[in-house]
Amino acid sequence: MRWLPFEAWVSLRFMREGKVQTSFIVGGISIGVAVIVFMSALLSGLQTNFVRRALTGQAHIQVLPLKEVVRPLRDQDKDWHELAIVQAPLQRLKSIDQWQSAVLQINAMPEVLVVSPAATGSALLMRGDVNRAITLTGITPELYFRIVPLPEKIVRGQARMEVDTIFIGTDLATDLGVAVGDKLRVSAANGSQTTLKVAAIFDLGNKGANSRSTFVALRTAQSLLGMAGRVSVLDITVRDVYAADVVAQRISAMTHLEADSWIKTNEQFFTAVHAQTTANTAIRFFVALSVGFGIASVLVVSVVQRSREIGIFRAMGITRGQILRIFLLQGGLLGLLGALSGSLMGGVALVLWQRFERNADGTVMFPLSLEPTLFMQALSLATLTGLLAAFAPALRAARLDPVVAIRG
Amino acid sequence: MASLSPVLELHGIVKTFNVGQPNESEILHGIDLTLQPGEFCSVIGPSGSGKSTLLNIVGLLDRPTRGTLTLCQQETTTLNDSGLTQLRGHSVGFVFQYHHLISAFSAIENVMMPMVADKGFIHHDMRERAALLLDSVGLTRWKDSPAMQLSGGQQQRVAVARALAMKPALILADEPTGNLDTKSADAVFDLLLRVSREEGTSVLFVTHNPLLSARCDRTIEVVDGRLIPDKV
Repeated sequence: MRWLPFEAWVSLRFMREGKVQTSFIVGGISIGVAVIVFMSALLSGLQTNFVRRALTGQAHIQVLPLKEVVRPLRDQDKDWHELAIVQAPLQRLKSIDQWQSAVLQINAMPEVLVVSPAATGSALLMRGDVNRAITLTGITPELYFRIVPLPEKIVRGQARMEVDTIFIGTDLATDLGVAVGDKLRVSAANGSQTTLKVAAIFDLGNKGANSRSTFVALRTAQSLLGMAGRVSVLDITVRDVYAADVVAQRISAMTHLEADSWIKTNEQFFTAVHAQTTANTAIRFFVALSVGFGIASVLVVSVVQRSREIGIFRAMGITRGQILRIFLLQGGLLGLLGALSGSLMGGVALVLWQRFERNADGTVMFPLSLEPTLFMQALSLATLTGLLAAFAPALRAARLDPVVAIRG
Repeated sequence: MASLSPVLELHGIVKTFNVGQPNESEILHGIDLTLQPGEFCSVIGPSGSGKSTLLNIVGLLDRPTRGTLTLCQQETTTLNDSGLTQLRGHSVGFVFQYHHLISAFSAIENVMMPMVADKGFIHHDMRERAALLLDSVGLTRWKDSPAMQLSGGQQQRVAVARALAMKPALILADEPTGNLDTKSADAVFDLLLRVSREEGTSVLFVTHNPLLSARCDRTIEVVDGRLIPDKV
């Protein structure tokens, strides 16, 4: 006890003496903090899980050639006059002009990790009487696999890509009745055809993607799509996934190409997350407010009950500052104790939620991580709220006239 | 002893409540008082005569409206609240009628309280001194008992020990025996007298008991806010 400062000594004793009051208010704070911890972890888990899922199947940024636009005709005599009707143009399969120099420029950016050129177009996959429309993507495996970990998603076959092989999705394999090693005929829109061997069958976790997506070597796709030496898209991975929007804008400005970030293509999700974050912040605010009022009311009562003791303290030579600190500390300690037990309650609730709230197939809905920073934030918020809430009662205690206080 | 300066000097102390308001009332009307070191002085007078107001002013809990107060050679008129608190903590010990111990602490912790507050931290020496003080008031057996579990007489003896903790030059006892039975009252009075004799501590002892008052070095009477010349 030697180390204990005077104010802490008195605060702890006062709290111990009024243990019923202390227990009730700590219980109230705990419930509030547990709600904050639980909701924040849930929201953060949901967000992280979506980001992880979204980004394992797509690049952070895709650089595409600029879309074709129709420039309105101007009247020769009156320069400002525009014709009333403008018809939307057809979007032909275009390649990126001077893509090698764009790759060099983008690779030089410190935020960028990988740039993978690809040639993408529509084609028809045929086997016997059956044919299916597909999206043919020609890739450089050693680069593309660093962006989309396709080998991890292969359920049959091996991730060895040759010029005469094709990777197809599970649903497409079922529709065409093919297995690894079988051959398929691929026909592009321009009439070019070739025969490719199924080297791997993958599962991207999405029925649409498994029915349509196919991957071949870049050179094979270039040859089939009539894009010899050219590419139609640059897939990019960046260091900070949440900075993808800004990086995309910079790339667009630098290369004069269209650059779409994953944030832009998943805008609806981010709107939903923003709404949830706002709701969560509002909940935090109101919980903090109720915690603050709870602590303040307990301390106001305590100051009234102990006014005679406060007078005696003053007669003993205890300063107004020390009285102020005694009650401030009580507020802070109530907040801290409530936050510790609330964090524990929130943590247990999260573990239980993860154990019992499952998908229909028994798998975890989405993994939750118990981030230490979340608990540190809850501790800081509750302690700070306690200190702020205690300020008014503490000031009142410090300003008590000792003569009046002793007289009671 | 003759060369020692007075512990307390009051000159023309006036205390008026509700100054400038319709219910303004002057409670003390120009009190002059000097108290020498080691002097045991009783203060008598009817209820409402201004004894407690005088003690509050002497104990620096309240400020006089006019007049000067010098405590331990320190003129107090110019001191701010912090200065008064510091001087009070080091120079004055209080014993009240209703003992007023801090209920959340044991007897020994109550005695330690002024020392811990002064230094800011608990120190082993403080516990030793508090134990010695409790021993001197005959409460060694009860030193670890919660304050509120002691009898009235025992609590008042703890309050005396607490008042002595900072080795004050002056003890202000506001009817400390008023709420005790005769035996306990005598014990508390004897204790204060012994301290005054042994430590050279001055005591202002407010009482309604003429027998106890008669045993003091000196008696002053407060009537209607004025000091009647010394009776002894």
